[in-house]
Amino acid sequence: MCAKRLYMPDPSAAVTDDLLMAQIPRGSRVVDLGCGDGRLLQRVRDDNDCNVLGVEVDIEQMVAAISRGIPVVRSDLDQGLQAIPDGAFDFAVLSQTLQQVHRPLALFDEIFRIARSALVVVPNFGHWRVRLQVALSGRAPVTDSLPYEWFETPNVHFLTMLDFRDLARRGNFRVVRELPVIGDRAVDRAWAANLRAHSALFVLERAERSKT
Amino acid sequence: MLVEESPPSDSDESTDEELVPRQSVTLFSPPESLRLESGKRLGPITVTYETYGTLSPERDNAIFICHALTGDAHVAGRHKSNDRKAGWWDGFVGPGKGIDTSRYFVVCANVLGGCQGTTGPSSLNPATGRPYGMEFPFITVADIVNVHKAVIDHLQIKKLLAVVGGSLGGMEVVGWAARYPDHLHAAIVLASAPRLNAQAIAFDKVGRRAIVTDPCFHNGDYYGHPEKPRFGLALARMIAHITYLSEQSIETKFGRRLQGSVELAYDLQKETEFQIESYLDYQGKRFVDRFDANSYLALTRAMDYFDLEATHGPLQTCLGATAARFLLLSFEDDWLFPTAQSRTIVRALVEAGREVTFAELPGGHGHDSFLIDAQFPLLQRFVEPFLDATYRSVRSE
Repeated sequence: MCAKRLYMPDPSAAVTDDLLMAQIPRGSRVVDLGCGDGRLLQRVRDDNDCNVLGVEVDIEQMVAAISRGIPVVRSDLDQGLQAIPDGAFDFAVLSQTLQQVHRPLALFDEIFRIARSALVVVPNFGHWRVRLQVALSGRAPVTDSLPYEWFETPNVHFLTMLDFRDLARRGNFRVVRELPVIGDRAVDRAWAANLRAHSALFVLERAERSKT
Repeated sequence: MLVEESPPSDSDESTDEELVPRQSVTLFSPPESLRLESGKRLGPITVTYETYGTLSPERDNAIFICHALTGDAHVAGRHKSNDRKAGWWDGFVGPGKGIDTSRYFVVCANVLGGCQGTTGPSSLNPATGRPYGMEFPFITVADIVNVHKAVIDHLQIKKLLAVVGGSLGGMEVVGWAARYPDHLHAAIVLASAPRLNAQAIAFDKVGRRAIVTDPCFHNGDYYGHPEKPRFGLALARMIAHITYLSEQSIETKFGRRLQGSVELAYDLQKETEFQIESYLDYQGKRFVDRFDANSYLALTRAMDYFDLEATHGPLQTCLGATAARFLLLSFEDDWLFPTAQSRTIVRALVEAGREVTFAELPGGHGHDSFLIDAQFPLLQRFVEPFLDATYRSVRSE
C-alpha cells in the first residue's frame, strides 16, 4: 500500500513546538487538546514555567505523558471536555488535531468555555503540492504529514487556510494572528500563504457576539 | 525496628514466597485519647497493619493503601505458607507488580471500627471488660484517617510518597489530602467519590435494616449469644454485592443458567434455581464467617456520612491546599460510584490548578473492577508510571 505520495515536513517536528512555545507567556495555564505523549507540555512546563494539563484519548499516548510526569485527562474531543471547568486556562493548544474532530464548531464552543485564547495548528490542504497531486493523480491527497489512505484516515476534514478563516466567521472566536508555516519556519507575512504553507498556526481569542 | 508485636512466624517457611507478618500497635492510650469527629473520645485504639518491602534510608518511598469497606490490612502475600488465599490485592501489590514492593514500602492498616484486628465494636471495651457492641462510638471517615495518620507517625514517616485507595478507601485518600495536605506527595483515587450519593445510601439502608431486624441482633449485644445475626448480615452482603457488579458482568458470568439442574422445577419451595442465586448465597455465607455485623453498621454509616465539602468546605479549596499530584480512575460500568463523581473531584483540582490525571476505564466488572485480576494490567499501566514520575520528582527535590 502506498502511503506517501509526496513530501511535506513533519508537523510534529520541533518547528511546530517552537512556534507554539513562542506564543505562550511564562507562567500561563495551558491545556493541550490531543497532547499525545506530552512532549510539548513538558517543554511548556519546564522552560516556560507553565501550569499544564493534557487531554488525550489514546491510552498508549496517555501513559507516555504520565511517564513524563505530565497530568493528563482522558477524553474524546468529540465528547466535550466535561472534566475541565469554565475559564480554567489561559491557552488551549490544538495542534494538528482539528482535522480529526467531527464537529469543529462544537469543540470551539468548549475551547472558549475553558480557555481565553487558543493556539490552533492546522494542516493546509491548499498547499500547491497537494493541489497538484489532486489535479494530476485524480486521487485524494496523501502526504508525509498526513500519511493515510482515505478509508483509514483519522482526518475527517480537509481544510485550507482560507477555509479556516471562514470557520472563524461562524464560530465564537476571532483570529488574532495567523502564522503560515513554510518549509521549516513560520512566517508572519507571506505572499500566497495558502499555496505555500503546509500548515498554519492561528492564534484565536474568544469573541463576544450576539447569537442570531 | 519497625516490626513489633509480630506473632511468631510459623515454623513452616519452606516456600520461597516470603510470609507476611501481622503487626499491631496500640495508640491513644491513657492519658491520651482520640477526639472523634462526633466530639466523643475513644482510646486506647489498637491498629492491625501489614508492611511490604523496605523503607528507604530517606524514608521517602512509603505508600499507604486504604482498603475498601470490608477489606483488611492483608493486602498481599500469605500469613502462613498453607493459607488458601493471598491478600485481597495480591495481584496488584508485590515485587514487579502495579505497586512494586521491591521499590516501595507499602503499609496497609485495618480501619477503625473494623473487625479484622483494629479496634471496633467487637473489641473489648476496657471500661466494662465486654465487647463494645452498641457502646462503640459513632465513627466517620475522618476518624479512620486520623487513626491511620497516627500509625504513619508511629512508623516515623513524615511524608508519604502516595496514599492509594478504592471506593471507601478512595474517600479516605481524599480525606487524607484535605486533612494532611503536607503529608503526601501523591493521591491515587480509584472508583470513588467526594460524597456518597443517595442511591448508595439507600442500598446501605437496606443492608442495615436486614441486620437490625435479624432476631439474633439483640440490639447489637449479640456477642454473648450462641447465634449471631448471620441471616441479616448475609442478606446485607448479598444486596451490597449486587451493587459492586455490573449487569453485563453477571450476565456473562451466570446468565440464566440453572444451578445443578437443566430444567426449571416449578417449585416455590426450591429457593435456589439460578446460578446467580447460588452465587449470592455463597457470598453471603462466606462473608458472615469473617465479618462482624456491628462493624458493618458502623462502617456503612461512616460512608453515608462522608461528604468532603460538608466537612472541609469547597472541593477546590480543601483539595487545592495540597501540592500532591492526583491520579483518579473510574469505571464505565460502575453504577455505585459513577464516573461523574470522580469527575467532580477532577474539575475541582483543575480549577485549583493542581496536577491531576484522570481516566474512565472500560471496567467490565462494575464498581469492583479495581479488585479484579483481569483489570490489573490496565490499572498498572496508569499507576506504575504515575508512581514512578512522582518518586523521581521527590528524589530530585
